[in-house]
Amino acid sequence: MFSAFILVPAILNGLMTGAVYALIALGLTLIYGVLHIINFAHGALLMAAMFAAYFAHELLGFDPYLAILPVTAAFFAIGYLLQRFVITPSSHGKDENILLVTLGISIILENLALAFFQADTRTIDTPYAFEIVDLDIAFLPLPRVIAFFAALGVALALFAIMRFTDLGRAIRAVAKEKRGAELVGIDVKHIYAMTFGLGIACVAIAACLLLPNYYVNPQVGNAFVLVAFTIVVLGGMGSVTGALIGGLIIGLVESFGGLFLGESLGQIGIFLIFIIMLLFRPSGLFGQRA
Amino acid sequence: MRGYRSIIAVAVILALIPLVVTSNLWLNIAFTALLACLLGQGWNILGGYAGQFSFGHAVFFGTGAYVTAIVMTTTGINPWAAFVLGIGGGALVGAAIGFLVFRYGLRGSYFALVTLAFAEVFRVLANTMAITGGGSGLVVASNLRPEIFQQTSRLGAYAVAAVLVVGVLFITRALENSRTGAYFVAIRENEDAARALGVDPFGFKLRAIVLSAAITAMGGALYVQVFPYIDAPLMYGPRYSVEALLVPIIGGMGTVFGPLLGAVVLHLLAEAATMVTGDIAGLNLVLYGLVLVLMVRFLPRGLIGLFDPRVPKARLPLPRIAGRRRREAGDA
Repeated sequence: MFSAFILVPAILNGLMTGAVYALIALGLTLIYGVLHIINFAHGALLMAAMFAAYFAHELLGFDPYLAILPVTAAFFAIGYLLQRFVITPSSHGKDENILLVTLGISIILENLALAFFQADTRTIDTPYAFEIVDLDIAFLPLPRVIAFFAALGVALALFAIMRFTDLGRAIRAVAKEKRGAELVGIDVKHIYAMTFGLGIACVAIAACLLLPNYYVNPQVGNAFVLVAFTIVVLGGMGSVTGALIGGLIIGLVESFGGLFLGESLGQIGIFLIFIIMLLFRPSGLFGQRA
Repeated sequence: MRGYRSIIAVAVILALIPLVVTSNLWLNIAFTALLACLLGQGWNILGGYAGQFSFGHAVFFGTGAYVTAIVMTTTGINPWAAFVLGIGGGALVGAAIGFLVFRYGLRGSYFALVTLAFAEVFRVLANTMAITGGGSGLVVASNLRPEIFQQTSRLGAYAVAAVLVVGVLFITRALENSRTGAYFVAIRENEDAARALGVDPFGFKLRAIVLSAAITAMGGALYVQVFPYIDAPLMYGPRYSVEALLVPIIGGMGTVFGPLLGAVVLHLLAEAATMVTGDIAGLNLVLYGLVLVLMVRFLPRGLIGLFDPRVPKARLPLPRIAGRRRREAGDA
């Protein structure tokens, strides 16, 4: 029905978008897996990081790929402080309150951006924005290829941190058995905030990787936030590999949804997956408990 | 008549307001506050009494508005009948979503996220389908008939909204005094314990979401009568979902007057902020977000918790509770 010249680029494009989605979802699933909270401000923080990278480029002349270091460090700190001094004190022991507070944070961030930067959609100009990688059967924009491999690299690095460092061990200990971790001398509050910071750092990296061939406006986070939730649910809440595979699947779904149904109806596929997964298989495709 | 006298008092105050406030600007503000109150009253039934936090109440608001508008533009039916159909449409959507979601036992944060996803699905559908006017929306102004229901004057709009709000206050109070209301609260406080005592959580949560959806859809149906243009990003977008939950959170969830108090305070605050800062797009909503964070952080029981001795105080910070316990121990 469709020739390989349509299908192969659709697959490759879907995989590349999916890798960046996966990176965003990785932050979300890490936070969920350890703190058992849903960070509704994830999309708004992505938007804020994209603006940060945008202004680093426009005002200071930072290349977005170079801006990864300062932006990620800054957002790690923001995440740490948010979790420790705003989110935790507001929970009063109820999950819904955390959802409400992070919703509040996302409303604040989004509309501050709207007030200060207006609703304009902005893009940056880089010499390599229109470079093409020619694979004979498909042409791929260079920034997306870079984003694909960088996202996979970050996922691998995160995996290594969790596996081989003291911080990672402490995080895993807290996730498994909070009280036990506290008893052996782990500062649980600190680890919670560190985890949240790591999750937001993933978002900041994703923002810098997206910027060279994406746009930024105050609403840009919305496009990603439900997608990220869907990936997390698809891959199983708290599962790192699940988020990675879920991200790639959702990238493909979006790419093919757009191909067959058109851009705006194509989005529905993702929401429907989200609803159906939550209803019928809330533990995810790869969740431990069925 | 337990608790109905205070509602009559509120009704009298609402009736007196137009005598004091005559400018169209202020009547308009009063109307928007009452509209927000209706949404919040709807949310409050499900979120405040039955404890199921919805993040997508715009799905009911938008459906109420769209059903009313579509029925009116395609059949030229009496606006009152269209109004009732709009409420029915919202209730039907509520029943369908409630059946699916509660049947599969989604609770807490999952319930919130799924309702949000439903609102998004409806937004995309309304934005693409022909019957809803697609991306360009629907205009209902062509057959404006003020003598029946559609309100060209702000005073009329205010009067209709006030009557509806008072009506819902009565419904809420009746619910609070009923067995059904007690079951809602039991499910909110501890669903498993309620089930163990013989309450059917599925059945009562379903009832809660249908009533909640109907009231919120009423707000949407009213909206169309007053602002005769609707489009998907506004009706199904996050704005009204947020307003619906913000209003009872400010006033006090699970209380009869909480949504009204919250709506009045929120809209007065928003107006005051606009006067101070001028009309900068977005700043109003920054205020919404700030209020939400501050309320959840410092006054999780809402403003009513400050005045009403019957509402148990918010969970106090630990040291103070410890202090009180010690004092009680000392007394004994």
